[in-house]
Amino acid sequence: MEVVFNEKRCKGCGLCIEFCPRKIIALGTKMNDAGYHYPFIKQKEKCNGCAICAMMCPDVIIEVKGA
Amino acid sequence: MPKGYSRPQTLIDKPWHFCPGCNHGIIHRLCAEVIDEMGLQNQTIGVGSVGCGVFSYEYFNFDGIGPSHGRAPAVATGVKRVLPDRLVFTYQGDGDLAAIGTTEMVHSAVRGENITIIFVNNTLYGMTGGQMAPTTLMGQVTTTTPGGRSRNQAGYPFRVCEMLATMEGAAYIARGAVYNPAQVVKTKKAIKKAFATQMAGLGFSLVEVLSACPTNWGMNPIQALKFVEENMVPVFPLGEFKVTPIEAGV
Repeated sequence: MEVVFNEKRCKGCGLCIEFCPRKIIALGTKMNDAGYHYPFIKQKEKCNGCAICAMMCPDVIIEVKGA
Repeated sequence: MPKGYSRPQTLIDKPWHFCPGCNHGIIHRLCAEVIDEMGLQNQTIGVGSVGCGVFSYEYFNFDGIGPSHGRAPAVATGVKRVLPDRLVFTYQGDGDLAAIGTTEMVHSAVRGENITIIFVNNTLYGMTGGQMAPTTLMGQVTTTTPGGRSRNQAGYPFRVCEMLATMEGAAYIARGAVYNPAQVVKTKKAIKKAFATQMAGLGFSLVEVLSACPTNWGMNPIQALKFVEENMVPVFPLGEFKVTPIEAGV
């Protein structure tokens, strides 16, 4: 299972970070072309693929592959 | 719990013009997911609106029409009467539907037109810079009510669902929100019921979705979602206001 962020389209709103039940998503220090910091998963081993981050993402940039 | 998640096929793969944290994106996605699940992508016609939802025809992968300000239910009426086997829905904001388009909205419900309206309520005019709308909360500061909305000057907020639920032509009226994952799931079910109501030919359906506008409210996206939960929901209670049972299907 893998969570993929389409980093180019992220606007850094932080809703995925707020609603992740395990609080394992964080904003990175790098910026995308639009000037927004984009998120990454801090502890991949803790992710169970619930896809709540994808459910709350207003820009539909999160894809959860496999399960 | 859903296993895996990928972008709905009914959404065109292009970046959106919405501000960071804008709930329009979630609501667009829910409409697309429901259309995917119901297998209606090839028989859907969307009718846009004027406001932040104006580019909905650019994002949905089906035919769309851009009507004049507020006239979407009238255009949808025409489309549905000519092509009764299609899913015809309008996607409108509160400035479009509850202000300039009130007549069209009310009378399409009075006539019981077999169309669906997705009504996004963010309490103000978003695209034009945050002016007061009929749905603005009492005391809420907007660019045209700098001292807060007052009763003497602007009256009270307009509750669309409660009004439409009294009409015989309305078959399904519900209000949802997207301020947390549980509400997103409930709102998706409401949109699915509304579309199923239309496909069963039962009459007019409307789903109002309470939406955050972080930019014009002057908040960050998380604060804006909390504002919806704490300030909007007491004024605009969530739930189903009118349900017509569908014999077969959903």
